Amino acid sequence: MLDPGPADLHAQQPLLQTVGLTKRYGDFLANDEIDIEIFPREIHALLGENGAGKSTLVKTIYGLVQPSAGELRWQGAPVRLSGPAEARSLGIGMVFQHFSLFDNLTVAENVALGLDGKEPFKAVSARLADVARDYGLPLDPKREVWQLSVGERQRIEIVRALMQNPKFLILDEPTAVLTPQEADQLFVVLERLKAEGRAILYISHKLDEVKRLCDTATILRGGRKVATCNPKSETAASLARMMVGAEIKEVKPPTERRTTVPRLVVNDLTLAPAELHGVRLQNVSFELKGGEILGIAGVAGNGQDELFAALSGERLVKEPGTIIIDGLACGNLSITQRRKMGAAFVPEERLGHGTAPRMRLSENALLTGHAASDMVRHGFINAAATLRTVDRTTETFDVRKAKRDPEAASLSGGNLQKFVVGREILRAPAVLVVNQPTWGVDAGAAAIIRQALIDLASAGAAVLVTSQDLDELLEIADRIAVMFHGHLSPALPRADATREKLGLLMGGASLDQKEAAHAAGA
Amino acid sequence: MQLVLEKRAERSRTIALVSPLIAIALTLITMSVLFAILGKNPITALGVYFIAPLTDGYSLQEIAVKATPLVMIAIGLSLCYLANAWNIGAEGQFLIGAVAGSWIAVTTQGTEAGHWVLPAMLVAGAVAGALYALIPALCRVRFGASEILTSLMLVYVADLLLDYLVRGPWRDPAGFNFPTTAEFDPVATVPVLIEGGRLHLGSIIALIVVAGAFVLLDRTIKGFEIRVVGVAPRAARFGGFNANQLVLLTFAVSGALAGLAGIIEVAGPIGHLQPGISPGYGFTAIIVAFLGRLNPIGILIAGLFLALTFIGGEQAQITMKIPLDVTKVFQGILLFYVLACDSLILYRFKLVFAARQVQSAAR
Ligand SMILES: Nc1ncnc2c1ncn2[C@@H]1O[C@H](COP(=O)(O)OP(=O)(O)OP(=O)(O)O)[C@@H](O)[C@H]1O
Ligand SMILES: [Mg+2]
Repeated sequence: MLDPGPADLHAQQPLLQTVGLTKRYGDFLANDEIDIEIFPREIHALLGENGAGKSTLVKTIYGLVQPSAGELRWQGAPVRLSGPAEARSLGIGMVFQHFSLFDNLTVAENVALGLDGKEPFKAVSARLADVARDYGLPLDPKREVWQLSVGERQRIEIVRALMQNPKFLILDEPTAVLTPQEADQLFVVLERLKAEGRAILYISHKLDEVKRLCDTATILRGGRKVATCNPKSETAASLARMMVGAEIKEVKPPTERRTTVPRLVVNDLTLAPAELHGVRLQNVSFELKGGEILGIAGVAGNGQDELFAALSGERLVKEPGTIIIDGLACGNLSITQRRKMGAAFVPEERLGHGTAPRMRLSENALLTGHAASDMVRHGFINAAATLRTVDRTTETFDVRKAKRDPEAASLSGGNLQKFVVGREILRAPAVLVVNQPTWGVDAGAAAIIRQALIDLASAGAAVLVTSQDLDELLEIADRIAVMFHGHLSPALPRADATREKLGLLMGGASLDQKEAAHAAGA
Repeated sequence: MQLVLEKRAERSRTIALVSPLIAIALTLITMSVLFAILGKNPITALGVYFIAPLTDGYSLQEIAVKATPLVMIAIGLSLCYLANAWNIGAEGQFLIGAVAGSWIAVTTQGTEAGHWVLPAMLVAGAVAGALYALIPALCRVRFGASEILTSLMLVYVADLLLDYLVRGPWRDPAGFNFPTTAEFDPVATVPVLIEGGRLHLGSIIALIVVAGAFVLLDRTIKGFEIRVVGVAPRAARFGGFNANQLVLLTFAVSGALAGLAGIIEVAGPIGHLQPGISPGYGFTAIIVAFLGRLNPIGILIAGLFLALTFIGGEQAQITMKIPLDVTKVFQGILLFYVLACDSLILYRFKLVFAARQVQSAAR
């Protein structure tokens, strides 16, 4: 716990201050003369569209990125950080947008690697368990990271940061991947940290969250600071207006669509987990017609990844008839063959799964486009066609980037997400399976993506959306099913799918017989 | 003031080109020190090594002859390495290729066999090399055995097989008991390009291989698969690329190229099969592949450079009595620096001033 004394003494002096902070990538200005002040006992929001420069700014504060110009002041004194270790030694902690964990190591090993001290491993392990319990963030130090859900992984990052006892904690889009319950848990922790006298810099695209939690908000647009305000006295709409500089389009509610023939059918899919602690899919069945959007809700780690792997063909199932795309049994067909049949897939993890981080966007367009497009002829790559896909995606989905064809990893999180989703939607697939379509995407772009999913369905495609964001599902899906421990509940029509019912299902309760029968019949 | 390593956001193309040059410069400096310790004048020694061979036509041809197998093998290895498959046994595949091709030469010896003999030998060499390379590849794919160890161990098997053959069944009866086959017939010999010269058809084949690899990696979907599977295996699976198949493919291709290089070497510059047909081409090619940045054009240049060290080493032995093994030392140091300089590609050195200030502010 921090000694509250000095914090009170310096209440008027910012804990951290940036003066004219500028970061240039080539001739692209990611941060342009940013001044920001953060005080102890403050939860400070950093808002802005995808690519506004939020991550760049906090990485600079954390010493990961060297500023091109400007100054950083810590408790009034100018500092220059050569790297994160130095930032940590000052008392700055950070939880990243994209995690930096080693999959094959245990929770405790990961934490130990991230700490600078020479603390013996046993002690780290014990302290980890203590801190986790103390803050109500349950973690098993002995589990290996690859077995954990995204939410649990983030918990590791948070606990690791807390173990350094930071005076100042940065969180880059922590709730993007959390369920509402997990997010609430996190807010309790953040409130407590604030009460302990620490300062928090909080990046999020969820404005109601920001209004609830944050004391101050700084808003970035195109790399510049455009405003500092008190979010509690703003509305979500006024905040969004400052971020975008214009009004945000509403998603047109789905008009009555004609559903056609079943295009994606899953019959009694049972699949043993590929990994020791994976989830076993149990008798999963559903039918998805053309013109329809089916939402799958559920807490991450309940079999969504396994279902995605089976549907995409990353994992094959023995009985071909288990998965039927457009009338063709394809359980034993590869992902390439399924793409040729008109299916398209968007995985949850955009860096490393959906894209090769160190390859250019054009090459990443080829990654999924090679199967069914004009990108490859007689084994030869048509470079012009791959670039065309990049340009079209950029235009349609407003992907902002520093140059025409950069490496995937250099895009901001939300912009890469727009690319990964747009790449598939533009192929006009017959069946689209997408996980977390708007993970980390700003409100404006999320509206564009959701609209595109609706339009795709209106054009006759079958769309399967897996998301932890109930609001998103209630906004776009025609029917919603819930995944729990590898079981998929019957799908509820949207009109019946209240938050209460979905919440119950997500917690493992089953609806009473009558209602379930009614839902199945619908 | 402090020197730190900072991770680069994008890979720098300039550094990718400059890094091998820095490695070479550092190697030359280290070698100068070594020469000085050996009591030789470093300037003269480096002159003999690196300048003298470039000044006469015979040596220039000899460089091309030595570069031919190095480049062919290294191209194949680069495909493996790009795909994250670690073929260390090119030397063995080279020897097996030489043995298999020689088998046709030996069995047709003195018969009326026509011009099909040489093409058949080349094919046999390539096929044998590919099959031999597939052994470690299959062991990795089927049983998860480390291909690094198995491919390396198979080098010694090939070496001993060759030894047995030339000392036993294939020994030239008229060869005064030397462990060697008879000189191959003209139809079983790789033709030279210039009458009376050393430069042979194999060098042209090597150039074709370089061009082919360039097109493969840069323009074809197979080449793309190889590159993705190496840098982002999970994304590759999502792309529909089968990592195991690519391990088998790249091992087979690299084995075929090593085997082809092997039979070209015995049917060309050497003219018969004997022990010691390779001064470690298969291992030196690993250095060539990395020095050339796993890039076909880079490999061509790197192959010529390392060939130069072989020729320079021979001349230095003759004129300055510098042991031939110094060439190996040189190659080893070079590999060390190349790998070290690679850090420059992913990281950048940064001088940070006022670091002290931060420390004190922290307190
Ligand atoms: N290493 C880099 N090289 C080139 N451009 C970069 C690099 N890193 C970031 N950028 C560019 O800087 C801009 C700001 O990126 P940043 O990651 O800070 O955005 P962000 O505000 O965090 O967005 P998001 O909400 O999508 O995460 C983007 O347009 C991005 O393309
Ligand atoms: Mg970001």
